[in-house]
Amino acid sequence: MKFTEGSEIRDTRAPEGPIEDRWEKRKFAAKLVNPANKRKLNVIVVGTGLAGGSAAATLGELGYNVKSFCYQDTPRRAHSIAAQGGINAAKNYRGDGDSIYRLFYDTVKGGDFRARESNVYRLAQVSVNIIDQAVAQGVPFAREYGGLLDTRSFGGAQVSRTFYARGQTGQQLLLGAYQALERQVAAGTVEMFTRHEMLDLIVADGRARGIIVRDMVTGEIERHTADAVVLASGGYGNVFFLSTNAKGCNTTAIWRAHERGAYFANPCYTQIHPTCIPVSGEYQSKLTLMSESLRNDGRVWVPLRKGDERAPGDIPDDERDYYLERIYPAFGNLVPRDIASRAAKNVCDEGRGVGPGGLGVYLDFRDAINRLGRDAVEKKYGNLFEMYERITGENPYDVPMRIYPAVHYTMGGLWVDYDLQSTIPGLFVIGEANFSDHGANRLGASALMQGLADGYFVLPTTLGDYLAAGPFGEVDEQAVAEAELKVRSKIDRLLAVNGTRTPDSFHRELGKLMWDYCGMERTEESLRKALDRIPELRKEFWENVKVSGTAEELNQVLEKAGRVADFFDLAELMCLDALVRSESCGGHFRAESQDSEGEALRDDESFAHVSAWEYSPDGEPVLHKEPLEYEYVKMTQRSYK
Amino acid sequence: MSFLEMLDVLNERLILEGDDPIAFDHDCREGICGMCGMVINGVAHGEQRATTTCQLHMRHFEDNATITIEPWRAAPFPVVKDLVVDRSAFDRIIQAGGFVSVPAGSAPDAHSIPVRKEDADAAFDAATCIGCGACVAACPNGSASLFTAAKITHLSLLPQGQPERLSRAKAMVDQMDAEGFGGCTNTGECTAVCPKGIPLDTIAQMNTDYLKANAK
Amino acid sequence: MTATIERGAATAPVTSPAPVKKPTRKRPRGFLSSSNGKKVVMAVTGAVMVTFLILHMLGNLKIFISKESFNEYAHALRTLLEPLLPYRTVLTIVEVVLVASVVLHMWAAISLARRAHSARPVKYVAKKSQANGYATHIMRLGGVTILLFLIWHLLDLTFGVVNPKGFDSSPADRMIAGFDPSRWWVAIIYFAAVVMVGLHLRHGVWSAFQTLGWANRDRNKGLRLGAGLLSAVLVVGFLSPPLAIMFGVVQ
Ligand SMILES: Cc1cc2nc3c(=O)[nH]c(=O)nc-3n(C[C@H](O)[C@H](O)[C@H](O)COP(=O)(O)OP(=O)(O)OC[C@H]3O[C@@H](n4cnc5c(N)ncnc54)[C@H](O)[C@@H]3O)c2cc1C
Ligand code: HEM
Ligand code: SF4
Ligand code: FES
Repeated sequence: MKFTEGSEIRDTRAPEGPIEDRWEKRKFAAKLVNPANKRKLNVIVVGTGLAGGSAAATLGELGYNVKSFCYQDTPRRAHSIAAQGGINAAKNYRGDGDSIYRLFYDTVKGGDFRARESNVYRLAQVSVNIIDQAVAQGVPFAREYGGLLDTRSFGGAQVSRTFYARGQTGQQLLLGAYQALERQVAAGTVEMFTRHEMLDLIVADGRARGIIVRDMVTGEIERHTADAVVLASGGYGNVFFLSTNAKGCNTTAIWRAHERGAYFANPCYTQIHPTCIPVSGEYQSKLTLMSESLRNDGRVWVPLRKGDERAPGDIPDDERDYYLERIYPAFGNLVPRDIASRAAKNVCDEGRGVGPGGLGVYLDFRDAINRLGRDAVEKKYGNLFEMYERITGENPYDVPMRIYPAVHYTMGGLWVDYDLQSTIPGLFVIGEANFSDHGANRLGASALMQGLADGYFVLPTTLGDYLAAGPFGEVDEQAVAEAELKVRSKIDRLLAVNGTRTPDSFHRELGKLMWDYCGMERTEESLRKALDRIPELRKEFWENVKVSGTAEELNQVLEKAGRVADFFDLAELMCLDALVRSESCGGHFRAESQDSEGEALRDDESFAHVSAWEYSPDGEPVLHKEPLEYEYVKMTQRSYK
Repeated sequence: MSFLEMLDVLNERLILEGDDPIAFDHDCREGICGMCGMVINGVAHGEQRATTTCQLHMRHFEDNATITIEPWRAAPFPVVKDLVVDRSAFDRIIQAGGFVSVPAGSAPDAHSIPVRKEDADAAFDAATCIGCGACVAACPNGSASLFTAAKITHLSLLPQGQPERLSRAKAMVDQMDAEGFGGCTNTGECTAVCPKGIPLDTIAQMNTDYLKANAK
Repeated sequence: MTATIERGAATAPVTSPAPVKKPTRKRPRGFLSSSNGKKVVMAVTGAVMVTFLILHMLGNLKIFISKESFNEYAHALRTLLEPLLPYRTVLTIVEVVLVASVVLHMWAAISLARRAHSARPVKYVAKKSQANGYATHIMRLGGVTILLFLIWHLLDLTFGVVNPKGFDSSPADRMIAGFDPSRWWVAIIYFAAVVMVGLHLRHGVWSAFQTLGWANRDRNKGLRLGAGLLSAVLVVGFLSPPLAIMFGVVQ
């Protein structure tokens, strides 16, 4: 795939000056909208996850006229619901030395120096308000006997700053946002459109002015116009087919906005989570995440000998390889996500993996059970063990668990400036759908924080600044008609093929290809192979896919086909981005760029920038680089040995 | 293979044979989003307790067994297609009052009001409802009491929920009636199939709040 | 893997594909038209009836002391608070309250049943109860059985219409004649009904607490046990006089 390099791109919105004052400054500089005008300003929010749900609710509270969209049957089911671990906030309630600055520092470093300092600092500042807001809404966070909020340390952080609600933090936070949203629906400020899928963005006179959606129940294609559009449609990890994301997660909303001119930043940054339940058969439809906390007491190992077929219990200790403890004696089983993931892949590549297909490693609680007793282990991990047994049919008290890494989160997304505005004026992007705050690797419990920071606190201010110039008048009819036509013809094309393969079978094949060639470890060779293979497969898709039924009804095959079509295009861009970025950083590991000990090696000289891709209809995307500068945190190589 | 994967396989075949695949709702496939739900052999979410449909596995079914699958059946949950039903009535019950009125940015510091751990834990237990609708599907009266009570109880147990406590209970219960759900007769069918094990006490809590609201 | 599928009527949309957006009913106008309000009516009237049953049972047991004692009790019921109030005033009030309770209780039961019926217009092809179906099956069926019995019972012992001794006899005689072994079928009706009452209350008493919001996790075990015990006591208490009569212990 060819590409050209375009001009540099800059974030012109972030104020200058001391980092602590920038957000204050921006807030003060932001124009305010006259309250009487707010009702006349229409905003579309696509997505009802933590980001979209909180944004739509807050914009409604402020008095704007909001339309909110999601593809599920109710806003409460957005994928944010599945987040387990917790949410970070620099409250320093423990007095253990945490501070806004430390959260900022950890996030920049954790992101392997590929995120903007200004954005991350603001995120850390706002994190504090999120917890206040959630508690006031009635989110039942875990508490201590004194009645105060409990926290835990998470994802390798040295301070205890993660607030949680048992293993269902995402659910509880989302329900808080959902309830706030429904309150606005009742108040008439938000109109809710469930089972509606956004299929295109309307751009008129250089501004984002609306969306084309399909009513998934009747099949009707609808036009919705507005003064601004907010995308909060989540991540695109499902490009790998198998991931921990919900089945419906897709790239359609952001991809089609990309086709309309929004730049796509760092598409190749993918986070792989080390502790998931491995694939068990060819019918597998998704992967299930198991909390990382299991690594606190479980020991990871594989047999020393290749192809050792013995049952795990029959393998004596001296024939086991506790490889994390061996390679990383200081951190042992607690090394960061990307390192643990890659180590697992390496031992499996050596042929020492366990379970079906040799794609798994043991996570063994035998020693913990001997040391702490079965009851103590059960108290700590009982629900996780049960979940494991439910899925695999194996009892982890007797047989070690088998785990394997799986795609979990995508740091890349649409490029936005400090105001969360994309390169299309009036198109704002929040939550996992944008690229803004996590650099090349996201820390545990930071996605929830970012989604809510964007939705409750940042967007409502910055969007107001944009809307202060509105309303922007009638939308050019031609632009609307053109977008609608494009959507209709794509649907017609999909239905017309009438081939012999289902959309799912293509998706599965694409996913496998991405996992093999653009997964945990990428090489120039593998990426080139993928870039050859993807267009072929896409061609076959458009010639041989079979979509049953019609467009005028609830048609889940048609929905799927549309999403797979977009995944093909995105996959290609991901591979291209991964190929061009010939360094390793965070979740992006290029085998060519490692140090003598096999650790990721950054190349700050050439790659301390954001890669923002501009779509080009002729298939030759344009790369715009946004240089990254670090005034506060000094760039260093990570080391966990 | 999970139950839904079995349906996936079946649908793949139906598509290739030129038939209409069976429409069914699902999303997270790990028992938390509440999107999936069908009555399997006469039991909402199947016979395994405390489990959503997507968490069922085929190894719990006998080979060659005939499985009867039906959608949730209740007037307020109209069938959209095959196994897909419209549960927006639940959203309207929440709209009636299932929230704490607190606009973003107006909240006091999270530690300004301590909450007894027992209350926080009990509130959490009620708050785990995933809004799947199995309680309605299983209830011989087609009542939505368990769902409604779970939310009322969650907010009733927390200090933050107190100011609107009674008006919330009244508005939500009345909306539940308005949607056409049946009345509760404490049969306990709901809690038996509830994937999150929401207990019947929540209904007692709802009744208390509703009575008080009406006595005022 | 082989499989055959049979797509039943479920495939056909039960409603138009565009889901109804508006609620199908009006919000209840008052407390009594809400489903919860009706339940409260049921619980309160149920409690009134349970109280009556307890007193009634205690009264019946006087037959074990002597016929006279039983007659006196029956007489006392009618002359309570005389001469303050005229003959039978209190009893009439009690009767009115009881009749009102029965009527209200039934009204609530029927309107809840109708509401339940319209909440599930299409029945399941297969339906298996997961809470052993006790309340579902016993309460409405049991209620109807009790009602039928109540009518019979009043005709039999209060008005004496179907009683061999007629209306002009003493209460004890009516009772003893009513349960004469030759009238074994009366006894069977009576037994069946009393057992039904017991089953109704085994759920009903706990249910009333739940309805009034007095049940909770800590109390439930005790409440359920208490409901069961009370029901058992009532069944035994009501069954022992007729048994005693039939076996000739009381003559
Ligand atoms: C298993 C799991 C566990 C996690 N645990 C944690 C954790 O412990 N801590 C943490 O911080 N993060 C965690 N994460 C990450 C975090 O949950 C997500 O990054 C975050 O919730 C994303 O929120 P969002 O609002 O951006 O998007 P989502 O919640 O994904 O919402 C997307 C919304 O967009 C809508 N949508 C999408 N496409 C369209 C379309 N085309 N048309 C209309 N609507 C559309 C959907 O309906 C949905 O409402 C976890 C993720 C997973 C998968
Ligand atoms: C006239 C005939 C009767 C009918 C049709 C009837 C019917 C019912 C029904 C349908 C219920 C609700 C079931 C439930 O809550 O699960 C109920 C509850 C109850 N009944 Fe009856 N019943 C009758 C007579 C009685 C009598 C004679 C008594 C008492 C002696 C009684 C006491 C109760 C009590 C205490 C409840 C519980 C109320 C509640 O759930 O809050 N009933 N009855
Ligand atoms: S109460 Fe239980 S069964 Fe009912 S909607 Fe909530 S989770 Fe589902
Ligand atoms: S699919 Fe989410 S709960 Fe079953």
